Amino acid sequence: MPPSVNMVALVSVGRHPQSGRSRRAEQDGRAVEMGMNLSCDIDGQLSVVHVGDSKEPVLRQYAGMGLDALTVLEQDSGLDVLPGVVTYLKETKANLVLTGVRAERGESSGMLPYLLAEQLGWPLVPRVAEILSIKEGEAQVLLALPRGQRRSITVALPFIATVDNAAKGARQTAYGPGLRAQLNVVESEDNTDDIATSWDISPAKPRPKRMKVVKAKSAADRFKAATAKPAGGGGRVMKNETAEEKAQAIFDLLKQEKIVR
Amino acid sequence: MILDWLLPALIGVLLVLAGIGAVRRMNLWRAGQAEKVDFIAGLMAMPKRYLHDLHHVVERDKYMSRTHVATGGGFVLAMALVVLVHLFGVDSKILAWALLASLVMMFCGALFVAKRRLNPPSRLSKGPWMRLPKSLLTFSITFFVLTLPVAGVLPDGFSLGVIGGWVFTLVLSVLILLSLGEMLFGMTWGGPMKHAFAGALHLAFHRRPERFGGGRSTGLKAADLGGASHGVAKPSDFKWNQLLGFDACVQCGRCEAVCPAFAAGQPLNPKKLIQDMVVGFAGGTDEKYAGSAYPGVEVGHAKGGADNIITDGLISSDTLWSCTTCRACVEECPMMIEHVDAIVDMRRFLTLEKGETPNKGAQVLENIIATDNPNGYSPASRTHWAADQNLNVMKDVKQADVLFWVSDGAFDMRSQRILRAFVKLLKAANVDVAILGDEELDSGDVARRLGDDATFQSLAKRNLATLSKYRFNKIVTTDPHAFHCLRNEYGDFGADALLSISGESVEVLHHTTYLNQLVKEGRLQLDTFKGGKVTYHDPCYLGRYNGEYEAPRELLASLGIEVAEMERSGYRSRCCGGGGGAPITDIPGERRIADMRMEDVVSTGAELVAVGCQQCTAMLEGVVEPRPVVRDIAELLSEKLKEPEKLKEPEETIEAEKIMEEERA
Repeated sequence: MPPSVNMVALVSVGRHPQSGRSRRAEQDGRAVEMGMNLSCDIDGQLSVVHVGDSKEPVLRQYAGMGLDALTVLEQDSGLDVLPGVVTYLKETKANLVLTGVRAERGESSGMLPYLLAEQLGWPLVPRVAEILSIKEGEAQVLLALPRGQRRSITVALPFIATVDNAAKGARQTAYGPGLRAQLNVVESEDNTDDIATSWDISPAKPRPKRMKVVKAKSAADRFKAATAKPAGGGGRVMKNETAEEKAQAIFDLLKQEKIVR
Repeated sequence: MILDWLLPALIGVLLVLAGIGAVRRMNLWRAGQAEKVDFIAGLMAMPKRYLHDLHHVVERDKYMSRTHVATGGGFVLAMALVVLVHLFGVDSKILAWALLASLVMMFCGALFVAKRRLNPPSRLSKGPWMRLPKSLLTFSITFFVLTLPVAGVLPDGFSLGVIGGWVFTLVLSVLILLSLGEMLFGMTWGGPMKHAFAGALHLAFHRRPERFGGGRSTGLKAADLGGASHGVAKPSDFKWNQLLGFDACVQCGRCEAVCPAFAAGQPLNPKKLIQDMVVGFAGGTDEKYAGSAYPGVEVGHAKGGADNIITDGLISSDTLWSCTTCRACVEECPMMIEHVDAIVDMRRFLTLEKGETPNKGAQVLENIIATDNPNGYSPASRTHWAADQNLNVMKDVKQADVLFWVSDGAFDMRSQRILRAFVKLLKAANVDVAILGDEELDSGDVARRLGDDATFQSLAKRNLATLSKYRFNKIVTTDPHAFHCLRNEYGDFGADALLSISGESVEVLHHTTYLNQLVKEGRLQLDTFKGGKVTYHDPCYLGRYNGEYEAPRELLASLGIEVAEMERSGYRSRCCGGGGGAPITDIPGERRIADMRMEDVVSTGAELVAVGCQQCTAMLEGVVEPRPVVRDIAELLSEKLKEPEKLKEPEETIEAEKIMEEERA
């Protein structure tokens, strides 16, 4: 009998913020950690998947967390990773995908989980801090909100979870097991990313910081300003409106914030 | 008489049993991994190693060295003669008298062994060891009595009557059995006398033969990478001669007395560790261990077997991580056992195979891998400390007389003061110096001591690749840890291939050694130091690891400082607690090692403690005030540097004033 939860952790090659060198990506490492802990607690199995170069040494750092094997969908850099992952997930009948919120290099748009969710027709659960339990096809999930707050939700399998920095840190990677882990290389088709190839890529410029006017007069005020929940005020809760009205409200807001022109 | 046949029979049987025991014991050692050993040369060199090197260490305790010479020497001689006289029945008065003489010598020695056991210090193991002086005395007395007739002192046919004869024979037989049982049977079946048998072979097949004859061998052996496992998981993963080395332990507890972690109440006792290794490869439990325990850990619950994972029930991993790798135990061990090698071997398994480096260990290793420094700073900021120093960088100049190895102190503001002071001295002496700048990487010291030999080897190879691009005569560094790696550990990865400008091998020097050369050559003019009393703390990696005790003291003397020595200085210096990654793994104890060292400093009445290591500086300055001031020797020297321009200055100004006055007039 196959395990009831078939987990897949998607991992990418990270980038150290100081040295720019390849490393185990912070959030992807946490995704693997979460998967490994879950596979101990529940009836489930974890497979870890990377799309790219199977000779990448960083993969050994993921494997060194104690994985017996790692699947690599072999692909040249600059190609679209999405179709390969979708095919793989369908073929292996995965029903829970864990991955970081965004990659540390490349486009780093954070779009992959959303595009995956769209193509598979699964819900996306963003910024997960912890998966408490999975019982009878339903997962109890804690979402990470700003300032250490958590929101508890229940999601039915299958779904895609992006793992927040608030999740448990990745365990130490050990050299020996990493070296000996098996790499299952799967050749994937040539998925040229037509749109990306036409892009002009240049180094990002640091964004100017918004001036912060300190109004607080006392230390207590400053403490409050640093810790209090944002008062909000601008937001609006729409529950009973029609879908069109809700969409219009989002569209208006995007326009107002000059995200859509 | 019954004794006429009983005695040779007993000796013969016990010798055979001892022989069987010896083979059994050797088979236990053979469970270890293969290691290339020159058997013949080792056995040939053994007597000299014993009489010279081992005795040299024992000699530090004069009482014990004399006692041991008398007892041990007497016994070896007596045993050989016993075999000749009583087993083979060689009828020679000369031999018999020689036997009597050696038994008397042994008896005298055994009396002093017994005396020490009357009120033994806590470092000594009790249990069967308390029995040993009695066995020694019994042996010497019994055989003395037995030899008297052979020597012709008592007539062969002297009689005590029938009953008296029987009682006499019975008593003597029991005594023979007891003493020979201890001395022969116990030697190879795990009694206290085992140290003589295993110790002799350990000296012959020592893993670091370079240590004998006054040599020094302190660099860790490289781990083989890429196999089915890394490091030592089970006792059988040690090299066979390491297992033999553990068996050589006499449980004298000198290591325990000098171990900083033991004194701090951390769960480490080098003597118990070695005994646990013996339990490990011989199998069984530590119930019979009769010495001090690991602080805070009860004796009797450790179980081991040659193929059991050591950290599963034999010793706790905290014990392994408590070690500061200060080598005080190795330096002090009369049997020349290599505790630090064993500890790092076992750490390698924990880090490379299990990924269980405690506390900040994992993070530090990850930082070293990703940024080549333990704190994860940007590699591009390595030379920021020298922004105002106008130092040559090797990338530009390609060659220089001295390559200044800056080490990771470059990122630490306190250490930067030492670096600047050293640069000031180099400039005052007009030294042709250059640094590697951002091309320099962490030396790998911390990674290696934390058991990550893969990362160490990668750093060593990359550093050597950088070094081999340039030409220089000397590498000088202010960091004894980097100094040790460069000098003693990079050799395995091709450091010997580095050539100086004139084509000779490159010298690696600690800054105190180099500054001392400069002072002796008269290239540095120094004022007299006028502060209060000064003491000097020997860094482990400079002193015990590299034998440099003199240069720092000579430098202090050149400042007119008379060093108020601490009780534990020189080769007996106590660690500051900063080595071996101990501040990173941070195993809790009852006290801090640095606090204890500062107490040593305070007890000399010194107002300032001079050091030669940035780690020691950091550890000792971390002790709460009020406490003596901590200064690196380079800092002390640079403060007292006479600058040639300044010497002339007053005369010039006086002359200028004269001219101005004349003009006014």
